[in-house]
Amino acid sequence: MRGYLQELNKYRGLFWMLTYRDVKVRYKQSLMGFMWAILMPVLVVVSGVGVRYAYALAAHRLLNKADVASVAVKALPWAFLVSSIRFSCNSLLSNQNLVTKIYFPKEIFPLAAVMASLFDLFVASGALLIFLFVMQVGWSMQLLWVPLLLGTIVVLACGIGMIVSAAGLFFRDVKYIVEILLTFGIFFTPVFYDTRMFGDQGKWLLLNPVAPLLESLSACVTHQQPPDPGWIAYSLGFAMTALVGGHLFFKHLEPAFAESI
Amino acid sequence: MADVALRMEHVYKKFRKGEMFNSLRDLVPALTGRMFQRQGLAGNDQREFWALRDVSFEVKYGEAFGIIGHNGAGKSTILKILSRIMKPTRGSMVVNGRLSALLEVSAGFHPELTGRENIFLNGTILGMNRREIESKLDQIISFSELEEFIDTPVKRYSSGMYARLGFSVAAHVDPEVLIVDEVLSVGDHMFQQRCMERMSSILKGGTTVLFVSHNLKAVSELCSRSMLLRKGEVAAIGETDSVVRHYLKDAQEAGDGDESKPVYVSDVKVSDETGERSTFESGQTAWIDVEVTAREKVQKLAILLWIADEKQYQIFQTSSEVLGHSRFCLDPGESYRCRFELSLNMGQGTFYLDAAIGRFDIQKVYDRKTPAATVFIRSTSAVRGAVNCFPKLTEAEMVLDSRLEERHA
Repeated sequence: MRGYLQELNKYRGLFWMLTYRDVKVRYKQSLMGFMWAILMPVLVVVSGVGVRYAYALAAHRLLNKADVASVAVKALPWAFLVSSIRFSCNSLLSNQNLVTKIYFPKEIFPLAAVMASLFDLFVASGALLIFLFVMQVGWSMQLLWVPLLLGTIVVLACGIGMIVSAAGLFFRDVKYIVEILLTFGIFFTPVFYDTRMFGDQGKWLLLNPVAPLLESLSACVTHQQPPDPGWIAYSLGFAMTALVGGHLFFKHLEPAFAESI
Repeated sequence: MADVALRMEHVYKKFRKGEMFNSLRDLVPALTGRMFQRQGLAGNDQREFWALRDVSFEVKYGEAFGIIGHNGAGKSTILKILSRIMKPTRGSMVVNGRLSALLEVSAGFHPELTGRENIFLNGTILGMNRREIESKLDQIISFSELEEFIDTPVKRYSSGMYARLGFSVAAHVDPEVLIVDEVLSVGDHMFQQRCMERMSSILKGGTTVLFVSHNLKAVSELCSRSMLLRKGEVAAIGETDSVVRHYLKDAQEAGDGDESKPVYVSDVKVSDETGERSTFESGQTAWIDVEVTAREKVQKLAILLWIADEKQYQIFQTSSEVLGHSRFCLDPGESYRCRFELSLNMGQGTFYLDAAIGRFDIQKVYDRKTPAATVFIRSTSAVRGAVNCFPKLTEAEMVLDSRLEERHA
């Protein structure tokens, strides 16, 4: 374990370099530059607000500001999770020449992909802060939960990223399966809706490990209410299991990467 | 042993031929099929092959070690195992010291990034840290001769520029053990020359170098010891000169299979007064023994000899007949031997000797060995070019104005 961490530390520079490369390449030559980081969340927010507006019409209520803010708060981490899984899934295949030609711990690829997506999240968060300010959302000490919640999402993304990148190397159609799951995932995750809307049945939706995290973020950022620690612990446990399991899975397959790619 | 930088012991590596299941769509039906039929994938065992079989060698600190062999002999597999990209199926290996593998120098380049950014990226991939790269940046750029284009995205580079930048970064990594695979074949002639010089200076700095190449000239210039691989097994190991000769003999024997020729070149030897060898000084005298053997009765024979340069351009031709030897006849099973004495007035480089047996009167060549032998010419003096004219400076003086005026007058 210790030797492994030492080795990882040795390749720290490479990890940051690859992250830097991914970020740089994404922003270079793109028409919108940094707007790119905001585009995806903005699309999710706009469609979410549309859906929310339809709910409100159907229920004969007015759409309140808190609902809109809540969609925005949940859309960003979701967009991060989707893009980090998507990028890490391709990370080994798109760096094929490095995988077969140069030695270093290969988990650097999916992890750097997650890190580059995290950079997008930070850029988008800046825009979100302005948006929340305009919407006159207040703040409270509950915001202290945010780093833990975001951290859990990052851990989850790393775990899933390692699994799908290794699996994607051996089976080329994993990429498409992941793509489909990510596209439809938004229907099973409370981004556009709240689990409360389902009444007592809502707790089944919380079994999706991403759901408690998004709900908690919405609670502590837009409603200034304490999140449910039990469900956070559940998500955290799930994320840690994904990280450890994903790492074991990745390391188990790693020796065969160069020959199988 | 403290002085060993690299060691491989009884390394085996197995690969699988043929296509593997690389999508779940194919795998699931195959597995289901196997469950029902209980054989399905049984054929797999025959599709395995051994890329390396019982390979053992060691390289000492500061030594340059060459690995030569035909395509598919397992050279690259050895490098990949040493650089830990692949695991050996059996056997063990030891690497002492920081190892850097230049398997493909521009592997880490990203087309969208500029030359400068790619230097940082590739430098990091090859194991340098940021501060090291910053301190060597100017050296790297000037070595690549790409000062003008260094802030252009590399996707706009020509392939030669690409490779030059790649080698320049790679050549400035200071590892303790350097693994080099065919990277010297980039760029134009001048750049290759500089690469060789850089390699020699890396060697002089005490770095252990493992060098893989098809370029026999480069191997014999750089490496003191070498290994010849044949189909994954060690065919020869030792002094580079003798290993190279072994390799060339291998190449020759591959062409001996044709039984239909009535007479064939059965042996070619190149030697000087000390015995058989392949490296000569420019201007040195060499003896070339050509032996021909007949399968049928043949008449009016002559032995021909050519020398070709690296680009297979013939620069010299002679034959037993033009040298005044009368035509000879052979009965089945008989052999005939000629010794040619040549002074090798070529410039530095690799030259190929072709030998043939034929008849001048009917313009027929029965058998021709291309190349029958390879010679490396070394030149210590300041001679460049294809031939050595043994230059001497006999006069050198300032031309005085008065003499010029005299001439004009």
